[in-house]
Amino acid sequence: MIITRALTKRYGAVEAVRAVDLQVREGDRYGLLGPNGSGKTTLVRMLLGLVYATSGEIEVMGRRMPRHAHEVLQHVGALIEQPAAYPHLSARANLALFDAAGPRGLGSRRSRRGRRGRIDEALEQVGLAGVGRRPVKAYSLGMRQRLGLAAALIGRPRLLILDEPGNGLDPRGIADLRELLIGLNETGVTVFLSSHLLAEVEQLCTRVGVLDSGSLVLQEDLAVLRAPTGRILLDSPDADRVCAILDGQVEQRDGQRLLIRHADPAELNSRLVAAGLRVQAIGPHRRTLEEVVLSVTGTGSDHIGRPS
Amino acid sequence: MIGVELVKLVRRPRTWISLTLTCALPFIVAVFIAVTHLTPPPGQGSAFLSAVLQSGALYPAAALAMVLPVFLPIATAVVAGDSIAGEATTGTLRYLLVRPVGRTRLLVAKLISVTSYVVLVVVAVTVTAYATGVLLLGPSQAGAVAHSIGPGSTPVSGVGAPTAGVSPGAGAVTSLSGTPLSLLQLAERTVGAIAFIAVSMLGVAAIALFLSTITSSALGAALGALAALVASEILVTLNAAAVIQPYLPTRYWLAWIDFFRDPIFWRNIDRGFAIQAVYVVVFLGAAWANFSTKDITA
Repeated sequence: MIITRALTKRYGAVEAVRAVDLQVREGDRYGLLGPNGSGKTTLVRMLLGLVYATSGEIEVMGRRMPRHAHEVLQHVGALIEQPAAYPHLSARANLALFDAAGPRGLGSRRSRRGRRGRIDEALEQVGLAGVGRRPVKAYSLGMRQRLGLAAALIGRPRLLILDEPGNGLDPRGIADLRELLIGLNETGVTVFLSSHLLAEVEQLCTRVGVLDSGSLVLQEDLAVLRAPTGRILLDSPDADRVCAILDGQVEQRDGQRLLIRHADPAELNSRLVAAGLRVQAIGPHRRTLEEVVLSVTGTGSDHIGRPS
Repeated sequence: MIGVELVKLVRRPRTWISLTLTCALPFIVAVFIAVTHLTPPPGQGSAFLSAVLQSGALYPAAALAMVLPVFLPIATAVVAGDSIAGEATTGTLRYLLVRPVGRTRLLVAKLISVTSYVVLVVVAVTVTAYATGVLLLGPSQAGAVAHSIGPGSTPVSGVGAPTAGVSPGAGAVTSLSGTPLSLLQLAERTVGAIAFIAVSMLGVAAIALFLSTITSSALGAALGALAALVASEILVTLNAAAVIQPYLPTRYWLAWIDFFRDPIFWRNIDRGFAIQAVYVVVFLGAAWANFSTKDITA
């Protein structure tokens, strides 16, 4: 769905994006992670033809960008940093203008009726159906974000490119967003989003890429990253005796909690119980996305370190 | 996209507020003149103003002369300067472009929208001024004399200069050259003046539109265009700058007055059209070259 090859963007001496090979497959829910200033927004803008690459190639839906922007972007919905709207107009008027600005144009009466249907649908999807006629200047931050999403959805896109879509949303809003995106994904929409919120990506995405200082340092399916590590996490009041029995297999100990090199929790459990040891919790150890990301990234560019 | 831009223009309160204010100035002036029956003596004040009591039909020309030096350029520069930079500031520019709207298309749509605005304002000033002129100052009386254009309002003093207003009294209005003009002729010439002024404003619009593609500050673009006009106005009056004067954007701005001579004095009108066409082509070309290759980071 999105392929980039050695994509690079230089602003003067600064390399904002460095030789990125992105691979987003059809049907993915792809999360692009990275600290602030890692080049996420520049990358997203290049995918959309807003910023021109210094070198490298971009292919979206099998067509080269930005050369075929006109055909490609008709099937793409985008949210780029903050949402934007004409403040003196209502949500409906804004959506109508954005829709008419696209390939459909202002159109005939029939297409205008179709437009009204699409606006209703988009407002419904993002939960703004009741307030569509209020001017946007009266909207809260979260409502503006929802309107931005509605604008991305209005063309019934096959690909959604969303830059920090959770910004400004409260926990309820984030949950709604997750439900909406998963629902759309199930109907065949590929979702590509960037975020610096690990939890958001971990709960929503099927595949992640990690940008660090402009380089793509990791790109993998979440299922692979979160696969069992071959260790077992055990919580037992009899931790001392467990250590004695499994001498050498215990890698880490933190009070009652032990990290044990062993592949099969069920087998280990029955062995410990047979030995008369109490087990409070046991399960395969998986790395959290946070651990994965921190292991491949340095400090963010907005982190001011001491000069070395 | 053109339709969308026109809808945006029409639905924006600013359009109607600035239009009302621009039309209000000649109206206020007409009220004062109607009440006091005092007009500036010939040769002082705005062009045509000294003659409007003799003929209200001449008031549109007087009104245009009033709004041309300041009101129209400001309104034009603000609207054109805002066209791209304003969208960049509100963030809507990037959303329009990914709709997708081609960059060239967007620029053309903006230009048409700005042009429509300029024509709308000039026509509205003319129409309201005609109405107020006829209603407040009375219909034309025989022997109205339109020889009283302000000092220096036509830079080619001496050529086709206003002659003394000895009117034969046959026509509705006397031309600047002393011969009578029928109301139809006056209407035709007013249309010519409107077209000339609109084209002059397009020159301003092109400069402001170009600046609007460079900066993301709508204010900066508008003020930049106005600064260019002020500089041009200063140079136009400077004898030492005579070499470049024929190429300055405001050099022939007042040539529309020549539409009210008989016969129409075409030389400066033609030059005015030509120089504005050059400014429009050059600055639109620059705007296009810049906008179509630029990274949109706003």
